[in-house]
Amino acid sequence: MIRAGAHRRAAVRRNTARGWLLLLPALAAYVGFVVWPLGMGIQYSFFDWNGVGPATWVGLDNYASVFGDPELLGSIRNAFVLIVFFTVIPVTVGLVLATLIRSLRSGAFSRASQTILFLPQVIPLAAAGIAWSWMYAQTGAVNEILGRLGLDGLTRPWLADYDTALPAVGLIGSWVLTGLCTVLLLTGIGKIDRSLYEAVRLDGAGWWREFFTITLPGLRQEIAVLVTISIIAALSSFDIIYTSTQGGPGRATLVPGISIYRIGFTQSDVGLASAFGIVLMILVLACVLPIQRLARVRDR
Amino acid sequence: MITSRTEVVVGRVLLLLALALTLLPLLNMASAALQPAEVNPRGLSWPSDPQWGNFVTAFETGHVWRLMGSSLLIVLGVVPAALLIATLAGYALGSLRVRGGGAVLLFLVLGLTIPFEALIIPLYYQAEALGTLNTRWAVILPLIGLFMPFSVFWMRAHFVNVPPELSEAARVDGAGLWQEFRRIQLPLATPALSALAILLFLWTWNQFLLPVVLIDDPLNRTAAGALTFFQGQYSLSIPLLNAGALIVITPVIIVFLIFQRQFVKALLQGAVKS
Repeated sequence: MIRAGAHRRAAVRRNTARGWLLLLPALAAYVGFVVWPLGMGIQYSFFDWNGVGPATWVGLDNYASVFGDPELLGSIRNAFVLIVFFTVIPVTVGLVLATLIRSLRSGAFSRASQTILFLPQVIPLAAAGIAWSWMYAQTGAVNEILGRLGLDGLTRPWLADYDTALPAVGLIGSWVLTGLCTVLLLTGIGKIDRSLYEAVRLDGAGWWREFFTITLPGLRQEIAVLVTISIIAALSSFDIIYTSTQGGPGRATLVPGISIYRIGFTQSDVGLASAFGIVLMILVLACVLPIQRLARVRDR
Repeated sequence: MITSRTEVVVGRVLLLLALALTLLPLLNMASAALQPAEVNPRGLSWPSDPQWGNFVTAFETGHVWRLMGSSLLIVLGVVPAALLIATLAGYALGSLRVRGGGAVLLFLVLGLTIPFEALIIPLYYQAEALGTLNTRWAVILPLIGLFMPFSVFWMRAHFVNVPPELSEAARVDGAGLWQEFRRIQLPLATPALSALAILLFLWTWNQFLLPVVLIDDPLNRTAAGALTFFQGQYSLSIPLLNAGALIVITPVIIVFLIFQRQFVKALLQGAVKS
């Protein structure tokens, strides 16, 4: 018995040694290009540095600037406004679409619709920005449609107008994410027990009650996942805005990603840009962690 | 299942509307791309005399071959290496269950939510220090690291579900660790590996921030990163800009259409696991 135990312990030790050897390359890549830069970023954030000359220790001054500068605060506010368009709209529309088309027989039409709904998820976000800049242009499709509907009064260069630029950019995010939400929620609905639906229907429940008593609770895990992904996408948006408005007009569509890029590489204020990067990371964590906890608690 | 007639009709109509809205921007790009290059086009009108030549012009003046080649080199630098080291780590964590594995996993998962923007400044100075700035390595090496949390997590999830009896049986037969890994584990991991390969290909090809910041010559970037070059080059010609953008996104769309079932499955699973 004792000897068998010793053998097993020896085997475990051997396994552990080999296992760590196998872990080594992945950990090296992760530490070298994620953890190490993160540490450097934290270090930079305490200095005033233009990227070439000597750096001066400034303590928490850069963080004070992030929260004291109306331009930077504005870009954080814009990122939160984008959550409405990246998260609330796609998940809501996805829920409505998914519940309504769940009855669709899985045939060629339903497969083709899945493919089409998924397309925006596959193309580069930067290309979505270009496609939509053209949609929103003065002579573009959006104004053309409004004109044909007799709503000429509403036409405008949507991305150049201070009042409409941010919602317009946000709707590009809705376009990208709605398909993913719909298809993921459809898959989720497919896993809900059919008999539950029959039961409430026999009970005389209408669409709304069925939705709130069966569909919504059954999808909470999928919804938690989609909310998490899309909030990260909203707070750290860059590609779409870079290729559509570059943060303009003025600062109307400035978001943290664009600010960090400008401060760090155009204005060469490495310390401030790094501090903003750390703040962005903490903001994302602060939004995402409670959702994870919520989803887990509800699962029990 | 009991569903009312109205529900079916409303569902169909809304679905058709959603499909139309999804396709509209892409079709609109195509209609713009086919209008005369030197005229400012109008949205929504299909040109009476489609200028297919615009695609040829954009292809040549946009150096599309070089761009595609560059993207491909970056993909080839990232995807196989990331697959290999993530598989080894996933095997160690999921199948060998090494001591301390839980801590390693937690350490990696913490990296899942770090936005690339938070790392881009230090990555720039790191590339400068390593001498890789403005070469493709400046994008390849960090991407491998940045993909590790997700990839290791993904492969571990596969290996955890392989019944341990299989590897025990192999060991009783006298197979070494390497043999067991190659003969038994690797074939079983093929579906998980190919799904991960598809995701990593997509994320690398579409990567924008890293190439824009770390490679100054747009022609050495990923296809997505080069779109800014088209915006500069064709700032005066909406038709050519749209033609160029369409050419750049065509490869991902083709790959998507070929592997669409795996794609949808991979993206959905990827979403759930992350």
